[in-house]
Amino acid sequence: MNLWQGVEPSQLITLSILVPLFGALLVLATGKSPNLRETVTLTTAALLFSLVLAIADLTYQSTELRLDVIELFPGLSIAFNVEPLGVLFALVASFLWIVTSIYAIGYMRGHNEGNQTRFFFCFALAISSVMAICFSGNLLTLFIFYEVLTLSTYPLVTHAGTEDAKKSGRLYLGILLSTSIVFLLLAIMGTYSVAGTLDFTAGGVFDSSDSRAVLAVLLVLFCYGIGKAAIMPFHRWLPAAMVAPTPVSALLHAVAVVKAGVFSILKVMIYIFGLDELKTIATTDLMLYIGAATILLSSCIAMTKDGLKARLAYSTVSQLSYIVVGALLASSLASAGAAMHIATHAVGKITLFFCAGAIMVASHKKNISDMVGLGRQMPFTMAAFTIGAISIIGLPPMAGTWSKWYLTLGALDADKLIIVAVLMISSLLNIAYLLPIPIKAFFSPKPSSCSNSAASEPIPWHWSEVREAPLPMMIAIGVTSFCCLALFFYPQPLIDLINLIPGVSTHLSTHLHGDG
Amino acid sequence: MLEQHLAILPILLPLIAAPIAFLLGRGNLSWGFATLISGSAFYAAIQLLAVTLSTGSLSYAVGDWPPPWGIELRADVANAFILLVVSGISTLVLLFAKESVEKEIDPPLRPHYYTAHLLCLAGLCGILLTGDAFNLFVFLEISSLAIYTMISLASDRRCLTAAFRYLIMGTVGATFILIGVGLLYMKTGTLNMLDLAGRIDLYDSSRTINTGLAFIMVGVSVKLALFPLHMWLPAAYTHAPSAVTAFLAATATKVAVYVMIRFIFTIFGTDHVFSEMRMDIPLMVFAVFAIFKCSYMATVQSNVKTVLAYSSVAQIGYMILGVSLVSAAGLMAGLIHIFNHALMKGALFMAVGAVFYRVGSVDVNAFSGLGKQMPLTMAAFTIAGLSIIGVPLTAGFVSKWYLISAALEQNNWLIAALVLVGSLLAVVYIGRILEAAYFKKLPDTVDANNVKEVSWLMLTPMWILVLANIYFGIDTSMTTEAASKASEWLFSHENSQASAHNVNTLASSKEVLK
Repeated sequence: MNLWQGVEPSQLITLSILVPLFGALLVLATGKSPNLRETVTLTTAALLFSLVLAIADLTYQSTELRLDVIELFPGLSIAFNVEPLGVLFALVASFLWIVTSIYAIGYMRGHNEGNQTRFFFCFALAISSVMAICFSGNLLTLFIFYEVLTLSTYPLVTHAGTEDAKKSGRLYLGILLSTSIVFLLLAIMGTYSVAGTLDFTAGGVFDSSDSRAVLAVLLVLFCYGIGKAAIMPFHRWLPAAMVAPTPVSALLHAVAVVKAGVFSILKVMIYIFGLDELKTIATTDLMLYIGAATILLSSCIAMTKDGLKARLAYSTVSQLSYIVVGALLASSLASAGAAMHIATHAVGKITLFFCAGAIMVASHKKNISDMVGLGRQMPFTMAAFTIGAISIIGLPPMAGTWSKWYLTLGALDADKLIIVAVLMISSLLNIAYLLPIPIKAFFSPKPSSCSNSAASEPIPWHWSEVREAPLPMMIAIGVTSFCCLALFFYPQPLIDLINLIPGVSTHLSTHLHGDG
Repeated sequence: MLEQHLAILPILLPLIAAPIAFLLGRGNLSWGFATLISGSAFYAAIQLLAVTLSTGSLSYAVGDWPPPWGIELRADVANAFILLVVSGISTLVLLFAKESVEKEIDPPLRPHYYTAHLLCLAGLCGILLTGDAFNLFVFLEISSLAIYTMISLASDRRCLTAAFRYLIMGTVGATFILIGVGLLYMKTGTLNMLDLAGRIDLYDSSRTINTGLAFIMVGVSVKLALFPLHMWLPAAYTHAPSAVTAFLAATATKVAVYVMIRFIFTIFGTDHVFSEMRMDIPLMVFAVFAIFKCSYMATVQSNVKTVLAYSSVAQIGYMILGVSLVSAAGLMAGLIHIFNHALMKGALFMAVGAVFYRVGSVDVNAFSGLGKQMPLTMAAFTIAGLSIIGVPLTAGFVSKWYLISAALEQNNWLIAALVLVGSLLAVVYIGRILEAAYFKKLPDTVDANNVKEVSWLMLTPMWILVLANIYFGIDTSMTTEAASKASEWLFSHENSQASAHNVNTLASSKEVLK
């Protein structure tokens, strides 16, 4: 952290966006020599994390960081404003970028992927726009970098260049662009015309004199406009995006991109509508139940999927709606739970995706039905998978426990017993579709003959040849599974950060006081 | 001395230079000369905009005959702003044209091209600057005849039918305008625009005036290719030489939009056109139809030039939509889109021209694999395409933002939503071409060694426009200031200025006319 002592605090924001951007350009320049290129990626990731730590340090001390870059329209600038929720997301994304970079090096080489320079370039570009989203000071800035993120991840989704990848890319771009252009932009401009400002303001920008009907429409537009949150029926892009290489699925489609979506929703609810205002809007309950339905439906769909990545993708759709529901419960506790879920789901789901990638690299297996008995060949990977799965389910001693705890408390606090029930049923469904995978891998006997399943595999393999994946991948898996554990035993920094968000608190006592 | 003649320079320079360019023959000389002249017209336009931004407006009496008897040239912020676009694009297109023309036009016809281009530029500048309704018709014909010639220069013989079709439609349109102006003259006895404006107020509900208005609106609508009078445009843009298409798409229809704005706001007055005659309703309806029908048509074409041509008709719909909102904000959105659309379409058609130069075809399939073969050209196409879609940080986003703001200002959520849905269709038609360029392989029949990047002479003007697309998407102060001043000027001055002018001239002119 001493590294950035001499830097003007507000310039830290600029740096956190520019560092990955320059990293991307350097990656492009050093594309000829893979080792140098990977060094650049890792150094950039480490620098970025130290920057975000420096910013977080200032946030803990409640220092305000603001930066106006350029006035795009009269009275409306590209502006950045650091607040705790953004710092939380930035910490998660930048830390996991380091881990994912280590992992990606092993994966891309182990899997013999082509166009690796383009891959690392777009990856760094995507992280740069995620940082800009984290620290955006108004909706216009958020929207701009939201679009940049969509465009910069498109080449990553279509990386394989196959017909399948192209089709998925079309779906990805189609849904994300059209929802953002039609719904989100309309919602933003509507907000501007009603409230006269787009700045994220503690307590919201609307006041009680604004037309109820317009606010009701705006809420729906925001929820569906932020397509990255994958609320049904606009969730199809996420499973489609799974054709991308696994590091992309892991960091972007379990952490950065999807979390950018739910982060934006949380931010809109807290800083544009304001939690108090949100309670009075007619469509809040409607969207809440659509979110709840998404949780259950996509869990059910996940159970029917045999492809491991597809199952994880539907699980992500379901988990994202936890955060949406948490935001829409309009309770201070539920919002705290939602914010926490950004971090805890991130470490859990990235572990699962890392394991899926490790299995794919080591044994070329993509389908769950082929993974029976695999635990003996890849014990470490499967153990990590179990840890990630338990965290997603929300059982102690894993990180996911806390977020589910606060979400449930929030639902009780808001007197929404149906939501409590949905959260409980969802946990059961998670158990049903996640735990059988490691159980069968460890405890079922090896299939006597693998000729049936091997016939469909493009590359022949033999049981005895299957070993753990390359070392960089294993390091990454180790780090994220450790995080799952560590965040359970030591969630205090996270809770401190969340308590700094205006209007959001993890303390139940104040509420009981208020109600009493 | 030149300063006092600033207003006439953009017309006079290319008009005099046109025959000289013809005499300079087939070599590079005529190209260099035409570019130089166009560049000086551009320089004059910059000066003119600077003067009008500081003083408001500038009047010039041609041949020292005072208005309303003589022809008056009037430069104000609105037309100086568009003049800047027209002369700027003309210069860039001429830079681009050298190699493109060598590929697409037979050697004996090349001087014809540079001559016709200069004549067209003179005509367009004349339309913009003139303060006389009949004179406007004359300049309209000068530019149109030059355009018919330019279209028919292509080596592909289909250009002849396209040019003929445009000739017929364009002449019908011009005749309608002439009839309209004639009717106005019949009733008011004057042709000077400001003078006309004052007198039309006196005969507000006269049937002659209203018939004149109807003729003029229909005639101008043909010229600016407002749906459903746009049928000449796709064929003309498709079969004309690439450089001609780039020039036309970025300037000719924009100038026609300006003519409509001028007739509505300066001559007839918004009260008359919109409040009494309710012209805003048909304009809005046709604009919305243009956006949807023609964007849809663009998605199903196989020729990229036709795709972009239909896209142009749709984009004209956005401009007219801005006008039809009847507010300063809407008019400003329309004016900004005139500027921004010239930047994007100019760049797109230049990129397509570059592809034709190398591949010899502009079919969507011909774009296969060009992302690798012609990276700079396709990058230019991509960025300009994103601008058409209206992605943030490009000029297109600025246009869209102001148009939607203008709609929301009147609580017109339907129009705002329609504009946004319309831009989705742009995603489809631009996306189709990009997918071919970046995801398909170069066909085996094409030798990869022949398909390489074009020369810097073609790339430079293309990239100037592309960078302008980004620059004006980020720093909007210049376009916003000019367009908002122009629209305010058109709105506020329409009555006060006209009546002030009227007082001076009405009495004297009446005597003369008697």
